[in-house]
Order: sequence, then C-alpha cells, then structure tokens
Amino acid sequence: MSDTYDIDEAEAPQTEVLPLDAWHRARGGRMVEFAGYWMPVQYEGILAEHLWTRDSAGLFDVSHMGQLFVSGEGVEAALEAVLPIDLATLKPFAPRYSMLLNEGGGIIDDLMVTRWNSGFYLVVNGATKWDDMGHLREHLPDEVTLTQLDDNALLALQGPQAAAALERVVTGEFPLSALTFMKGGQFMLAGVDAWISRSGYTGEDGFEIAIPAENAAEIADLLCAQPEVKPIGLGARDSLRLEAGLPLYGHDLTEEISPVEADLLFAVNPRRRREGGFIGAQRVLAELANGTARKRIGLALEGRQAAREGAEIFAGDQAVGVVTSGGFSPSLNHPIAMGYVAKAHAAPGTELSIDVRGKRLPARAVSMPFVPHRYHR
Amino acid sequence: MTRYYTQDHEWIEVSGSEGTVGITDYAQGQLGDITYVDLPEVGAVLAKGDAPCVVDSVKAASDVYSPVSGTVTEANHALADAPELVNTEAETGGWLFRLTLSDPAELSVLMDRAAYDAFVAGL
Repeated sequence: MSDTYDIDEAEAPQTEVLPLDAWHRARGGRMVEFAGYWMPVQYEGILAEHLWTRDSAGLFDVSHMGQLFVSGEGVEAALEAVLPIDLATLKPFAPRYSMLLNEGGGIIDDLMVTRWNSGFYLVVNGATKWDDMGHLREHLPDEVTLTQLDDNALLALQGPQAAAALERVVTGEFPLSALTFMKGGQFMLAGVDAWISRSGYTGEDGFEIAIPAENAAEIADLLCAQPEVKPIGLGARDSLRLEAGLPLYGHDLTEEISPVEADLLFAVNPRRRREGGFIGAQRVLAELANGTARKRIGLALEGRQAAREGAEIFAGDQAVGVVTSGGFSPSLNHPIAMGYVAKAHAAPGTELSIDVRGKRLPARAVSMPFVPHRYHR
Repeated sequence: MTRYYTQDHEWIEVSGSEGTVGITDYAQGQLGDITYVDLPEVGAVLAKGDAPCVVDSVKAASDVYSPVSGTVTEANHALADAPELVNTEAETGGWLFRLTLSDPAELSVLMDRAAYDAFVAGL
C-alpha cells in the first residue's frame, strides 16, 4: 500500500518549527512537512474535524503564513505598482484580497492587504513568502520599508460558533460583534494585543487572529477551552476551502495562470481594470477585452471516487482541461474538484468526464462555492 | 488458516490455495477516513506486486498491492456503501478481495504478525 497522491509536502532542506509545535504534538496532532514547517495535518481525523468546523468552531494554526508590514513615503503608489488593488477605496482595517502578478500576468501569490494607521499589513502564503518578499523588495522603492512580522503567530477561528466563543474571551474598544465580514480591529486576548479580522478560508463565519508568538500557546489553550472549539489540522483546512470554492496557491493558482483565467477578477479592482499601471496589466487588460482560452470551474462528480490534482478532464473523447484540486466533500458526501477547462466547456451544467487511473468518471461543471458561504455580512 | 503481512501494510489470510487480502489497522490509521475503495474485477489475473485496488481517503488515494500472484475470486462489495469498514474493521470485515494463489511459494518471504509488529514499531 502506498500513497500516490498526498497533501503536498514541501521539500525544504530543513523543516522548521512553528511557535505552536509542542502544543500541536501535545494535543495529538499528526505532524507533516508543509511549506517548510512541521504542521498538524489532523488530530482526531479529517472528516470529524471538517464537520466540526461546519457545525461549531475550529481553531487553525496558520503561523506558517507570511505577515508583512509595508510603510514609508509613497507607499500607496508603490503598492499600486505591484498589486492590481485600488487603495483609494480601501478603508482602514478592512482586509481586501489581492494578488502579486509577474510581468506576464501570472499569479506569484494571492494575499490579503489591510490598511493600518501607518502602513499596510499583508498576509501571504507560507510556501511563497520568501519569494514574495524578494519580489516586493525588487519592486518597491528605497523609501518604502518591508518588514516581516516574524514575531507574530497567526490563528484562524472558523465556524458558526466562532463568534460566540471568541466574544467570551476578547475585549476591545468596540465589541467583537461590530466586525462584519472583511472588517478588522485591535483587541485584547489573554492580556495581549491581538489584531483580529472577520475573515478566513473555510466559507464559514470566523476570524483570523494575529498575536505575539510567545503568547500563542496560552491563547490557543484559552480558545480551545471554549466548548465550541477544537483544533483542526491542514487536512480539513484543505477540504473546507475546496468546498468553499476558494483556490489554493501552488495548485489552483500558479505563475502561468492569470486572475482572469482563475475567475478572480474581483482581485483586480475596477479602476485598475480601466487604468492598468500594475505589473502584469498588459495580459490582464488584454484578457478582459478579448477573453481567455481557459477558465477555472467547479466540478461535481457522481459516485464516491475522487479526482485529484493532475487528472485530465474530457468532453467526449477530447481532452479539454485538468483538475487542480479535488477530493471527497465531507459536507456533500460526494467528490468535488476544481480545475481549468477550455472556455467552451466551462458553463455550469456541462457534462464532462475525468480520467482517474484509466477510468472516466462522469463529472458536471458547476458554479462555486460547492457549499454556500455563511459569512457575517 | 495462516495470516501473513507485507512491508506495504497489506495482510493476506491463506487457507489452502485461497487467500483473503486487506490492509492493516496501522495502514488505515495512517490513511485516515476512507471514503471510497476501488475493487478489482472477479477473474482479474494478478502478479505479485500489482495494484488491483485503490483506497481513497479524504486526503489521498493509495494503491493496494497484491501480496501474491493469483486470480481474483471475490471482491468485498460491502465496501461500496460502507468504505469506512476499512477504518473500523481493517483486518476483519474490511477485507478487500479474495484470490486463488497461483504460486503459494511467494508466501515464504512475507512476515508473520510478530515480525510485522516489530516492523511497524521501527517506523
């Protein structure tokens, strides 16, 4: 018996340890290498953790992600040169989804950008953070300073009971309930400063919580002491985000794929679509005008056998695309996938098939999310 | 009846020239929640080391190798509706397929339970 597909385990020469490493191990987390770090893939089991998060609240350690702070003279113009974001419409303390693009319009990373008082807080993917910082340093002028907030840990508390659990232990200048989806603020948690935004990667209501690394274990304990909350591993994080139709960098998004192909045009803000002026704008604007040959779609499969990354998608006998993420949906009890197909086959309802180990599994193009989002708007 | 184990975490229980194949409890624990099992067709002729069976978990698809050569005589169709049997009863009701052994001498290189337990303890 052997694993032929697995959660991707980054081939880092030296696997690093995150602030909550001992905490995860003490709670029975099964640790795997991911993005250069030891991280928990599961505790009691992916299925149970997935469903717990959809029903109650799950605590995720996402401290592998890069937390960056960009500030200095001319920072707005400098950031607009590297991101397709419109900072004129970005209100303080409200995270917004954006992307780093290369000159060819491909996606280097996807990220969250928040305006703080004295600069911008960026959260980028763990596996790409070093390249992201290199790219930013190369393209930001000398007057703009890029700092890695590597003394911070990052937690996510996700699920319909997340607000009730967090409200009990948090204090601040305004109540936690004042935050709606994609709003953030400074709070106190276990006596320390916490930057909390109402956001996440599961499709559920929930929060992302940046805290000092040295207090991470104490805060994780405090959150898991709430009856609604259990720790959740990377395995369920992946199945939850897939159900929510949210792309995973390195799989559904790559340096070859553009935001238009990825159907993430909302990351290119309206003024930037008109004016361009960001790295990669040439391709993005051309694709906006002329369309793209392929598009990211959702796929629903019959039966129980999952199609996974790399599986070819067919329309009749014709190969029309490839799966970039796929697995069994614990909430829907059937397999789902996302992938890229030729535009002619992208409309929801299109009957397709996916080659899995020589078998053609029937699949249908469907709109995403697979499981409705339940954000607190 | 004698039960043998492989380093790939399959077990085979042999009675005469008939064998029943499954994955070990250790293996199911490593795989996690099993959501689907792709079973071989009756009549399939297997060489030792062929992968006639795929076990899908939430996170991965894994090949199951045949510990010996032979011809498939039966597949465990209870797994179609209840793949989780491989989790809950890996070494009993969660068996995968049965076969007629074509070369019982192949069993001689497999491990007994004590040797397998020692092998797992060393992982």
